[in-house]
Amino acid sequence: MSEYVSLNHGSGGSLTGKLIRSVFVKRFGMDEPLTDSALLKEKGLLLAFTTDSYVVDPIFFPGGDIGKLAVCGTVNDLSVSGAIPKYISASFIIEEGFSFHDLELIADSMSSEAKNAGVRIVTGDTKVVERGKCDKLFINTSGIGLMKTGFENISSAMNVKPGDKLIINGSLGNHAIAVLSARKELTFSSPVTSDCASLNHLINNVLEECSEIRFMRDLTRGGLATVLNELADMISSGIVINESSVPVEEPVKGLCEILGFDPLYLANEGKVLFVVGKEEHQKVLDVLRSHPLGKYSEVIGEIADNNRNMVVLNTAIGGRRIISMLSGMQLPRIC
Amino acid sequence: MCLSIPAKVVDINGNIADVSVGGAIFKAGLQMVENVEVGDYILLHTGFAIQKISEDEALETFRLLKEIEDAMKK
Amino acid sequence: MKLSGLIKKAAVLDYTFMEVCGGHTAAIHRFGIPSLLPENIKLISGPGCPVCVTHTSFIDKAVGYSKIDDVIISTFGDLMRVPGTGSSLEKEKAKGGDIRIVFSGPEAVDIAKENIDKKVIFLGIGFETTAPGIAVTIKEAEKVHVENFYLLSAHKVMPPAMEVIIKEGVNLNGFICPGHVAAITGSDYFNFIPEKYNIGCVITGFEPVDILQSIYMLVNQVNMRLAETEIQYSRAVSRQGNSIAQKNISDVFILCDEYWRGFGEIASSGLKLRKEYEKFDAEEMMPIKVKKQKDNDLCICGDILRGLKTPHECELFATACVPENPVGACMVSVEGACNTFYKFRMNE
Repeated sequence: MSEYVSLNHGSGGSLTGKLIRSVFVKRFGMDEPLTDSALLKEKGLLLAFTTDSYVVDPIFFPGGDIGKLAVCGTVNDLSVSGAIPKYISASFIIEEGFSFHDLELIADSMSSEAKNAGVRIVTGDTKVVERGKCDKLFINTSGIGLMKTGFENISSAMNVKPGDKLIINGSLGNHAIAVLSARKELTFSSPVTSDCASLNHLINNVLEECSEIRFMRDLTRGGLATVLNELADMISSGIVINESSVPVEEPVKGLCEILGFDPLYLANEGKVLFVVGKEEHQKVLDVLRSHPLGKYSEVIGEIADNNRNMVVLNTAIGGRRIISMLSGMQLPRIC
Repeated sequence: MCLSIPAKVVDINGNIADVSVGGAIFKAGLQMVENVEVGDYILLHTGFAIQKISEDEALETFRLLKEIEDAMKK
Repeated sequence: MKLSGLIKKAAVLDYTFMEVCGGHTAAIHRFGIPSLLPENIKLISGPGCPVCVTHTSFIDKAVGYSKIDDVIISTFGDLMRVPGTGSSLEKEKAKGGDIRIVFSGPEAVDIAKENIDKKVIFLGIGFETTAPGIAVTIKEAEKVHVENFYLLSAHKVMPPAMEVIIKEGVNLNGFICPGHVAAITGSDYFNFIPEKYNIGCVITGFEPVDILQSIYMLVNQVNMRLAETEIQYSRAVSRQGNSIAQKNISDVFILCDEYWRGFGEIASSGLKLRKEYEKFDAEEMMPIKVKKQKDNDLCICGDILRGLKTPHECELFATACVPENPVGACMVSVEGACNTFYKFRMNE
């Protein structure tokens, strides 16, 4: 391990995994596989518990802000574990000099998103630090949800098998590009807005109507490619994705071309990957597409019985390549 | 070398053009290309237009390729 | 893709083609082109991108400059992870160095204008495609009297390296030539290759259809025992190229000898600022000494870039040299031969 923590350790790729496993997991006695939420049994009650910190810069971006992000992120982590999100905590670390007006805007945003998701923010904490000791505002949210019975195995991918189909609920990379384009020092503008959204109602619809949901995970830092690699590690078979089925909006595509980014690795905040039984995939698609947050859902691939632990992409021109885990964050390139 | 991509000129202010790549707008210095007009396509590389793209040639390339493909089908 | 069928049908001999452009390496990898070609066509990635060829000493100089208190380093993202001797720009940034990623020369000049008490050093990488833009940037900085902007140039030109490959590397049947270099220089710039060495060149675009068509054209040249410079990328490339861009390069830069990672010094292969622009030259204005370190003896990136060896033949491969901790350029670049091999190896 290197001596100093670098930005790559926070990118969501393999270096983040290394940091977590080598520093925290063993010391805290945590169980693998590490999932979006911890599933806890206590006196016959099955709870999901999750936590997340938000340090996004800039704090206001097209389609949302750090507050909305914080609520959606925690709601989604609970939801993709098969839980009904109920209660959220919100802790704030505020830089000296931060405007009250902006703080109120963010609190309004959190309150409105919590109402929208049907959760309550019930406890919190506030700290103020000297100018320069944090970047404007950091938020941590933790959340508790009640597990729906029968969904305990969704996060661990235990029931995933070859032939299962992979579905996502819309286009990739919007959040990452929206945040990037809002940074003042950059010399491009784009019409892209963040897809930041609470997905619990969408997911609930699917879980109520469909019985063959084998796995769910939300596609945040590190993007679809990271989640696919994490999934491939958890199962004994492989994954095949069809590039032409993966939705990416034109401006996102264009920006990726110019900056040298791969949309498969870009962060999203309103997208979830479903692994569903083959026979049910059309039903899942229909349920998803009848909800505004799932209008552009697509089947993007399937679990293969070869390519053990590998994620293979069938390119748009009929070629094949391996999609591997990024070790650190994507850097823009000229070459 | 190099990631350059075709971008459409949507506005020109002196030596700097606003160019669109699928709806995302970038600045492109026009110091190295002449007679650029709104609606033209240029190759954008590291903040500069390095060449105008001839739409005729582009269409001709793709027409030829289609001819080849059709010939293969027979 | 029907083109791949055409190629398979035409490929009756054995062919080794090299591309010398990071953009082509990336496109070939991204579209999975090798999986569409028959086994008798071999594609080799040559020394075509800054990540592959920027010498350790350049990174060491940049790292040295970054440690000076009033210096801001501005760079394209490509350089952040290139290994120097014991450090990299990314590592220095983690330690607190003021190192900023920019997307163009003018952006770096803007940083200089906004920070007049600091010296902004821009790391100039890239070949004939990028150099003209940097030349324009320097000219404009002079026009508006920017006094705290400097260029540390690692700009290079392709032909001398291509000659080294031809003379010292694996036997080649053709070059997939860089389409955007040629957009600037014109296709005649590459005529010396068929004329002097009887190896065909096809100036190629970056869409999958472009690359496949070029491979088809090269296969046909070999079959007909021809060696010519052909333009596949006709929508952007002419024989003469962009003369305004060419003039900008010659106004601002002169050729100099330059170190290429894995190749050592190649005569007249680099671009240095002319005397009249000396005040923008970081090394002239702020000389910096770095230890002349040899490349790691066991690193065979040079042979890999020449197409002479494969990653498996390197002692460091997958042991001391891994994607998270690369020793040589071939592992740093996401499409570098070693990085790609490493991914395949992990899944065997």
